[in-house]
Amino acid sequence: MAYTQILIAGFGGQGVLFAGKVMAYKGLEELKQISWLPSYGPEMRGGTANCSVIISDTPVGSPIVSEPDILIAMNLPSFDKYENAVKAGGYAFVDSTLIERKAVRTDISVHYIPATKMARDLEVPTLANMIMTGKVIRETGVIKMEGLRDALAKTVSAKHQDLLEANLRAIDAGYNYKG
Amino acid sequence: MAKVLMKGNEAIAEAAIRAGCRHYFGYPITPQTEIAAYMAKRMPKIGGTFLQAESEISAINMVYGVASAGRRAMTSSSSPGVSLKQEGISYLAGSDLPALIVNVQRGGPGLGGIQPSQSDYFQATKGGGHGDYHLIVLAPASVQEMADLTVKAFDLADKYRMPSMLLADGTIGQMMEPVELPEETDGSGVEKPWAVTGTENKREHNIINSLYLVPEQLEVKNLERYERYKIVEQNEVMYEEYMTEDADICVVAFGIAARVSKNAITAAREKGIKAGLIRPITLWPFPTEAIAKAAEKVKGFISVELSMGQMIDDIKLAEGCKKPVALCSRVGGMIPSPEQVLAAIEKAERGEF
Repeated sequence: MAYTQILIAGFGGQGVLFAGKVMAYKGLEELKQISWLPSYGPEMRGGTANCSVIISDTPVGSPIVSEPDILIAMNLPSFDKYENAVKAGGYAFVDSTLIERKAVRTDISVHYIPATKMARDLEVPTLANMIMTGKVIRETGVIKMEGLRDALAKTVSAKHQDLLEANLRAIDAGYNYKG
Repeated sequence: MAKVLMKGNEAIAEAAIRAGCRHYFGYPITPQTEIAAYMAKRMPKIGGTFLQAESEISAINMVYGVASAGRRAMTSSSSPGVSLKQEGISYLAGSDLPALIVNVQRGGPGLGGIQPSQSDYFQATKGGGHGDYHLIVLAPASVQEMADLTVKAFDLADKYRMPSMLLADGTIGQMMEPVELPEETDGSGVEKPWAVTGTENKREHNIINSLYLVPEQLEVKNLERYERYKIVEQNEVMYEEYMTEDADICVVAFGIAARVSKNAITAAREKGIKAGLIRPITLWPFPTEAIAKAAEKVKGFISVELSMGQMIDDIKLAEGCKKPVALCSRVGGMIPSPEQVLAAIEKAERGEF
């Protein structure tokens, strides 16, 4: 995929922007062209949040993703809003703990990951975003698993470096999730 | 140097510090608050001054003070806050002081919204404050340019003794892209013999002032200033041309609108339509000659803006009304989609403007 447009959407507080940052940093390490654009409305925990990420071999034009190749939907309102926007042949990754319905589209590959439940079981309840990220890496190869630790270390703020291992564990769980 | 991933707003702040700016005065407003936050964190560690003023008006006048002493100073805000600064900006211009004002625009008028806009084009390029004056206005279209043009804005301001403005928008301010940060300087490249730094009884007093009650003197000041503006117009125009060599349709857009337009131009080319882009990097001085030259070859122009049509006037003046100029825009915090711009290009190709 030479020009991959990713849209990550969910509630504020689910780590939607952070998941985008991890992909962006990793893309940068892989010497790709990158853009990361958050929605910046009057967002708050519990409100909606989304984030456009472009990872490309060629210069990035508009940083706004309106027709994603990859949609990561972390809640039902986001899936309802963006399912139809996904490019034909693209991917949708659905947190099936929070989104009970199946996709309507038949021209995209849809992956259902009970990420919120998996995160609870792993005792990292705030890291459903990283579980989703792991699965995206596995299925799309948009970024590589190798060297992810370095990219993650740059994304995690200095005072939260102790959470690095937990984040890696969550990514691994998503990467290895069969479903 | 390795590239780092940074928000546009942070890139402005870091680049300003690297350009030797040690005095930042501001007042928070979305979508540019990261600039102030970055300065608040960094300035105390490097012996600089970060001061959150009680208002935008105070902040710009603090900039006036530091600029008078010959040091690099800046303030940043977003549209409503920049309106408040206009009196101070006019005084800076009237006192021939270099300083940087950053406007990360949001939708207006009034308090407007917090989403991106380019509707302060007139304010930035045609005055904004009272009196005859210009600012050097730079319009970044990437996080890299947020950094590079911040340095450039300080350099040009010092060189020509006039305030400069970085006219960005909420999108470029909030987005992250890889950026190669500029080299560090102490910002003392230009001599400032006019600065009020204390005479030590060795020279005459320097006076920084914009009050001239004798009209003959005030006229001379204005005429001198416009001689300088003429040199700026001759020497400092910056723009990017993209696929214009054989273009029939010339899109003109700056900042985020130019990014969207590039997507549309790529799509138009795939359909066999010869579209190209002139992207003004300096909005004042405006790339008049480049537009005039394009007017000799193209069927017409499309001005893509996040406003009701402001830059379009400068395009028409530049091309001398030889060719039609269409407007393609969204306002109020909305951004035109590449599809909307493509539709405008296809319409123009059919001769409809």
